Amino acid sequence: MSDSVVVPIERETDIVCARQKGRALAAAAGFLSTDQTLLATAISEVARNIVSYAGKGTVTLQTVQEGGRRGLSIVASDNGPGIENVELAMRDGYSTGKSLGLGLPGAKRLMDSFALESVVGVGTKVTMTKWLR
Amino acid sequence: MPVPVLKQGSVLIASIQAALSDRDLVELRDDLADRVGRHRSRGVVIDVTALDVLDSFATRTIRSIAYTAKLRGAETVVVGIQPEVAFAMVQLGLSLDGIETALDLEEGMALLQAREAERVG
Repeated sequence: MSDSVVVPIERETDIVCARQKGRALAAAAGFLSTDQTLLATAISEVARNIVSYAGKGTVTLQTVQEGGRRGLSIVASDNGPGIENVELAMRDGYSTGKSLGLGLPGAKRLMDSFALESVVGVGTKVTMTKWLR
Repeated sequence: MPVPVLKQGSVLIASIQAALSDRDLVELRDDLADRVGRHRSRGVVIDVTALDVLDSFATRTIRSIAYTAKLRGAETVVVGIQPEVAFAMVQLGLSLDGIETALDLEEGMALLQAREAERVG
């Protein structure tokens, strides 16, 4: 069983939509309220990154199973300008000026796994997963 | 959806609803800065009880609301941060440094009244 939802991110109100859908999916998957909030917050951060830097993209939410454990996987993908220095972007407090610089490193702390792939001029993809405890 | 703002005596109360967009928050900041002057308010309570997420943008904007109100002569208290929201904020590395917080609206109003009593002497 794997439920998957693709949320188009084109304007800032879509950020709210993505995190609400994420919370609903997390609740349905059996995540406790605290973890639902952590997931919704992480989704909010990556979705905002799309709006702020790429303009538009998608957030794909999917319940996943692996080796007997269940989780929620979140993929935030865009065809924006890409991130020149991925290592720098993952540093706390680093920002090119539109935020506190806690979005990506913060989202990483909220999740169990986190991967950032970015190619300048091609786009950015964040893949992150949280497992049920 | 704009954030409703109530006036109670010298205090403005902003009750933030769940589906708050970035724009609503920025509009609230501008609205409050204006009202503080218009109503000669001494305090602002931002009630976030209904808010399910306080991410980096929301935190930064609430901080700027509080600093703006302060420059206009009003103290701000943020009330009603839910336990799981507080936990997520800590994990994310967010704080509301230098901004008063209280458990709920009642505590927030009491805190502002105590401040006002101090100020009047």
